[in-house]
Amino acid sequence: MSSDVMMGARPSGDVTALWDDVVAAVAEGHRFAGLFGTARPEGLVLTAHLAGAEGVTVAETVLPVTATSYPALTRRLGAAFWYEREIADMFGVIPQGHPRPEPLLLPQPAEGALRPRPGEPGGPVAIEPDPRALPLHVVGPGLFTIPHGPVRSGVMESIEYLVETPGEDIPHLNMRVFYKHRGLEKRFEGMTAGDGLLLAERVEGTATVAHALAYCHALERIAAADVPWAAALVRVLHAELERLACHLDVAVRLADAAGLAVATARFGRHKETVLRLVSRACGSRFGRGVVVPGGVSRLPLVSPADLLSDIGRLEGAVTADATALMGTASFLDRLRRTGPLSPERAREHGALGPVGKASGYSDDARDVRPYDAYPTLVLQQPAPWPAGDALDRLRVRWDEVSQSFHLLRQVAGELAQAPAGPLRAGCDVADGRSVGWAEAPQGEVLYDLRLEGGRLTRCRPRSASFHNLVLMHELFAGDILTDFPFIEASLGLSMAGVTR
Amino acid sequence: MWALRGLRDGVVTTRWPARPDPYAAAVRGPATVLDAYPADAGADGEGLGALCPTGAISRAEGPAGDGGIRLDQGKCVQCGRCVASRPDVFGWSEGSAAAALWRPGLVVPEVAETPERLAELRDGLRAKTAALRRSVHLRHVDAGSDGTEEWEILALLNPVYDMHRLGIFLTASPRHADILLVTGAGARGMAEPLRLTYDAMPAPKIVIAVGTDAVSGGLTSPSYATSGGIGAIVPVDVWLPGSPPAPFSILHALLLAIGRMP
Repeated sequence: MSSDVMMGARPSGDVTALWDDVVAAVAEGHRFAGLFGTARPEGLVLTAHLAGAEGVTVAETVLPVTATSYPALTRRLGAAFWYEREIADMFGVIPQGHPRPEPLLLPQPAEGALRPRPGEPGGPVAIEPDPRALPLHVVGPGLFTIPHGPVRSGVMESIEYLVETPGEDIPHLNMRVFYKHRGLEKRFEGMTAGDGLLLAERVEGTATVAHALAYCHALERIAAADVPWAAALVRVLHAELERLACHLDVAVRLADAAGLAVATARFGRHKETVLRLVSRACGSRFGRGVVVPGGVSRLPLVSPADLLSDIGRLEGAVTADATALMGTASFLDRLRRTGPLSPERAREHGALGPVGKASGYSDDARDVRPYDAYPTLVLQQPAPWPAGDALDRLRVRWDEVSQSFHLLRQVAGELAQAPAGPLRAGCDVADGRSVGWAEAPQGEVLYDLRLEGGRLTRCRPRSASFHNLVLMHELFAGDILTDFPFIEASLGLSMAGVTR
Repeated sequence: MWALRGLRDGVVTTRWPARPDPYAAAVRGPATVLDAYPADAGADGEGLGALCPTGAISRAEGPAGDGGIRLDQGKCVQCGRCVASRPDVFGWSEGSAAAALWRPGLVVPEVAETPERLAELRDGLRAKTAALRRSVHLRHVDAGSDGTEEWEILALLNPVYDMHRLGIFLTASPRHADILLVTGAGARGMAEPLRLTYDAMPAPKIVIAVGTDAVSGGLTSPSYATSGGIGAIVPVDVWLPGSPPAPFSILHALLLAIGRMP
């Protein structure tokens, strides 16, 4: 794993110079991977993440304690759109020149509101969100808004889509994501590294393993810990099983949206088979408790030979059904040219995971910034699909599914030969700060954390779901109301990871 | 083509609860207390409590207390720390029967007044749900979950669990709903939508708190953004811990709520 590259902190308050650096780095081919704030005694630290082959670079500057605003990055780099709104929610500073500086995660009046201020000890005991702080956006004659959520039909996570429509087309979509905000970044503060791991596993539960990995990678980089080979294999095993489960979940939702009852049942059953294999391997259906700082808690409770035969059987069943699904014309018709994301926009935004790959843009952390056993295993990275519609997003997922099976077979083979030995390297960290990453089924997850005196003083999880969901605004070119469930399902995101 | 494909593997559906199911019996539930009076409890009592990241472990004190170890399964996030470091005192509960009809019923070993109170609650719930019998409709609300509880509820629709065989269905409209499944720690942003959904349901109505977060807030509480469980927002009839609870445990809680659990 490559080491942190820190671009020297900018002179205090010189936000413009920091943005110059960020914009220049993006122009040179880095991917803008996130932006967040931290309240420190010296002021509000603004931190940008830039991803490249050498790792994830941190660029930051400090706003003076008295600053109430700063020049917005969004004007120069559109991908910062939601990040700057989140900073405004958390700290009450205003990004000057932001095209829509309204609340995102925590709707409150602009004046006199309580702010969580992550990084600063203490903080408000309760903050009641006030949806009246959010404007309605209906413009133009004959348009009306269909509010969709937060309590929606089926079993869904809470989000509200405001669909603005003259009747059938969707010229504009608005998202309200604040409903299930849990304030997790403040919850991390004061926790030990061990307790923080448990919370990291619950930031975005369907990507438990990827979050645990990104979190532990950050700790291991501070401690310069080398994960033992067998443990690195077990990590990949669970990360890839998690990918299978998530991609099968998307197949279930898409088949369900198209009314294919048998396909829905078949993929639902395969997903259950994966979760049961995970629970047999570690006791938890979501791989909780497997990844620990420095390694893994134990070897799988299933023998490598059994793993291999289970994986083989599952691969046969999934591949056959996937082939049948991709030959069902009535299904493909619903996905083709639905919710397209142009390659230019995908690149500009740095779209993560399958969403980016389906628009010809791939920055897979397993490949570009590999970790654990990935540098040694053969990844067989398939070519990205270029059309960027819901169909290509599903094709990317099937490619990733066969890639995962290929990796799982390698892991099972390697585990059978791995020498017995410790499964954890020493990873006791009391002080330090680092960034860790892992490729979740939804795309890259980042953790930026700081420990002081054995306690977390800041922990910033950035899920792929948060980074990608904002793109949904732009996916409705020519699509109509009945395309909505296909577009949403094709993104395969988790609201828990968005709102935290 | 799909019709033939659907017949390919024969019947994959469990017959639980009418017949035993090995996976249902092997479900890992919350941690439990194996030995409430370990020999070293006097010296180490405080240390046992510190094992738990959510403070589920305590000692029964005061006039009614007997000094024994108590574990509140409603707070257990199944991290396994207590089981790993004191396997003589703590172990995993096994099987799907994790739910309780009152909040103190989740404390193990059970408190003295539990059996009486339980019979009373069960009768009350049975009277309330007698009319539902074989046709029950569910509405789900996410009040700040981590996303896994939704997966486990949805699993009940897959052919392995197929809750339709038991006459249990999902409904989109709260007007048709008999049971409200609530997940998540009670995010403040969801308090009003949750209350409105509850109010829109016709009586009799039952609320099931699905998951440790919904029961007690779990690891995500206390927080400025959550209310430490959904009990602060709507009245709860069935408490189901688990992080997340397995589909069989959710099915058990549903059948328990409508008096169909033997």
